[in-house]
Amino acid sequence: MSEPVTMKCEEALRLLAEYLDGELHGRAEADLEHHLEICRGCFSRAEFERRLKARLGSLSEVDPPPAIAERIRSLIESFPV
Amino acid sequence: MDPTPDDRAWFEREVLALLPALLATARRLARNGGDAEDLVADAVARAWVARGSLADRGRFRGWMFRILSNCFLGQCRSRARRPAEEPLEEEEGFSLFERLHQPFLLWWGNPEQEFLERLLREDLERAVDALPPAYRIAVVLVDVQGFSYQEVAGLLGVPVGTVRSRLARGRALLQRALWEHARDAGWAPVHPSGSAGARAP
Repeated sequence: MSEPVTMKCEEALRLLAEYLDGELHGRAEADLEHHLEICRGCFSRAEFERRLKARLGSLSEVDPPPAIAERIRSLIESFPV
Repeated sequence: MDPTPDDRAWFEREVLALLPALLATARRLARNGGDAEDLVADAVARAWVARGSLADRGRFRGWMFRILSNCFLGQCRSRARRPAEEPLEEEEGFSLFERLHQPFLLWWGNPEQEFLERLLREDLERAVDALPPAYRIAVVLVDVQGFSYQEVAGLLGVPVGTVRSRLARGRALLQRALWEHARDAGWAPVHPSGSAGARAP
């Protein structure tokens, strides 16, 4: 692969969400990473979006109350075999 | 094919292992604890009936989330809650970072970092819950549960481009809600004019 090129901030911000979602690959990913290494503004924006996304990811699980676990267990037990 | 006790043991094991994630997702979709539990129970019952359609048991998680999503969308349709697909154009480009960021404060403070430190789980939950259903489900599946765009397209039965656009709009709405919360809570940076946020309406 050739050396990454410097993309404009507008293009970097357009691709940022896909990059943080792991949906950007190949040349576009390399070019964006290069831009983030040299652009303080876009790097700050990327870090903020990354941390906000991580906070959302922290909502992925809850401790089920015992009553719902028991309800689901009973429901499954009630299915005919 | 009649189910065997082994089928039921496998099914129960898989469902209970996934219950923390299913319930967390259902709470965001239903926005109500009791309704969330009903949604999970409905999905589990449907999954049991449809278990023959799961060719690869290693794909249980995605298969179960697809059923949960379909149960939720079915509820939306039956209640005639039509998802708002077209929010204001302005929402598409809304950036919480741009509202919070203050370049001239570089060496004095960091409002966006302070915002994240002050943000509580319940603040995030409230902002997610306020999203229209079509956007909420995209944000929950991608940002909360970590599914890929392609997987979400499969779960919801829509093109990948639709996932992208719903996600972009959902995130913009989410960030606007968080910005309004920051402003109301007095966390937003105060500008020389005395208003919170240079570009705030």
